[in-house]
Amino acid sequence: MLIRSRSANEALASEITPKRLYLRRRELLRSAAVGAAWLGVSRSAAAASGIATPSRDAPLPGAQPPSAGVRTPPPGEGSGQLLAAAPSPLSTDEPLTSYHDVTGYNNFYEFGTDKDDPQRHAHRMSVRPWTVVVEGEVAKARMFGIDELLKLAPLEERIYRLRCVEGWSMVIPWIGYPLSALIRQVEPTGNARFVEFVTHADGEQMPGLSSRVLAWPYVEGLRLDEAMHPLTLLGLGLYGDVLPNQNGAPVRLVVPWKYGFKSSKSIVRIRFVEKQPMTAWRRAAPHEYGFYSNVNPEVAHPRWSQATERRIGEDGFFRPKRPTLMFNGYADQVASLYAGMDLRKNF
Amino acid sequence: MPAWLKPLLFGLALVPLARLFVLGFAGGLGANPVEFVTRSTGTWALVMLCITLAVTPLRRLSGWNALVRLRRMFGLFAFFYACLHFAIFVWLEHWFDLGAMLMDVFERPFVTVGFLALLLMVPLAATSTKAMIRRLGRNWQVLHRLIYVIAPMVVLHFWWHKAGKNDFVEPAIYGLVVAGLLLARLVPVRRSRAPPSPLSTVRGSHD
Repeated sequence: MLIRSRSANEALASEITPKRLYLRRRELLRSAAVGAAWLGVSRSAAAASGIATPSRDAPLPGAQPPSAGVRTPPPGEGSGQLLAAAPSPLSTDEPLTSYHDVTGYNNFYEFGTDKDDPQRHAHRMSVRPWTVVVEGEVAKARMFGIDELLKLAPLEERIYRLRCVEGWSMVIPWIGYPLSALIRQVEPTGNARFVEFVTHADGEQMPGLSSRVLAWPYVEGLRLDEAMHPLTLLGLGLYGDVLPNQNGAPVRLVVPWKYGFKSSKSIVRIRFVEKQPMTAWRRAAPHEYGFYSNVNPEVAHPRWSQATERRIGEDGFFRPKRPTLMFNGYADQVASLYAGMDLRKNF
Repeated sequence: MPAWLKPLLFGLALVPLARLFVLGFAGGLGANPVEFVTRSTGTWALVMLCITLAVTPLRRLSGWNALVRLRRMFGLFAFFYACLHFAIFVWLEHWFDLGAMLMDVFERPFVTVGFLALLLMVPLAATSTKAMIRRLGRNWQVLHRLIYVIAPMVVLHFWWHKAGKNDFVEPAIYGLVVAGLLLARLVPVRRSRAPPSPLSTVRGSHD
């Protein structure tokens, strides 16, 4: 009988981090980082106080160097107007959805209701010059030109999961910065409780406007605290490039814990208001689309379950759909926003 | 009816399926291939249903009674594409998760009505053989009038599926076609010839 004796450099079972925890290490680090950001503590302060930053910032020997700054669309694709962006600890390390699918499978009804309509028609939209009017319950209402928006805050690459209300999902490397950076510039008043986002609507450039699927222009909204959350991004690019028109150029919202339709595209107006805005999908089908529309596997859409999702490019003929995560996997960061709320009622 | 017509139409009715295979192997099913094949097979089931319903009005208009010999083939193709549609639902959509499927069928009206339509098609397909037609006699006609219920149910399935998107153009077109084909049966026509039976060899039964 062979009896194994432990050598000096072998770990005891009790010393090994359980695999479950080890696999969640990035999540844990990330929630620590978000917590710090949420409290208004800067990353450097967090680092100084000994809160570990993810390995992306300090690559291990032999690890891939951070690639965000040099990520580009595939050869022959994209605008060529590359944006330099710093990697973010808030990024997921799941495999990216291909550029081809991210830019070819879109819901952007202003260009038509089929998934390939936006790619076919969005080139007709002129995205320069572009201004965004910021108004309403703010001390400093004003207009922002797109070039000004590109420079308003340091650009970050945020790799987020995107969950569409239709039951599919993607992983997209966005470029942008927290919407809070813009909001701070205009100084919301005490009356500002909600933020309304209005999408560009021009029948000459957008063939979908001739259909009465929705009331145009497309209007979406967030509660002010949702808009101020560090995960809420003002999106200006993807895959290292400026936003393709079909993805909501030149400036859009990215709210990763809500269904995709909450993330307004091609924004022309941001209005701070006291009352909850009437949003486009609620107006069209109030029993199907709520104001909050947080990703929630337990609350089914009237016509399909939201318990699972198909990751585009991964799940399909050869792999079943995967379980949908509460708040699209961002529960640690955002669940506190909805403490005490009945999420079944406030769907 | 020329001898080549029926085999030709049989081949044409298989083109939508062949197209899916070609697109699948060429990577042409788009970013969400399962959604593509689900919608494609569903749409073609409805198209075949419309063609089946068109046989009788066409025959009455043209007086070309031999057309009735194509009706069973198109009816069975409608059932065939509906079965493919359902198989995709069972396999690729739910991966045989019975609980999830039952929830879909019982809780979501658009799935319920689609599933019921398929169930109602089963006895029609099962009694489509010559032997069954002879055995059922007049009852066969009564039973096969179920298609007048099935077709509107399938349109409703499509309509409710599109409801959340407020995008009713396509289901409205199919709805009008089905309504037109059903109403065409109410228009009285002078019967100059003996009404044909589903089997040209069986005489004396009524349409």
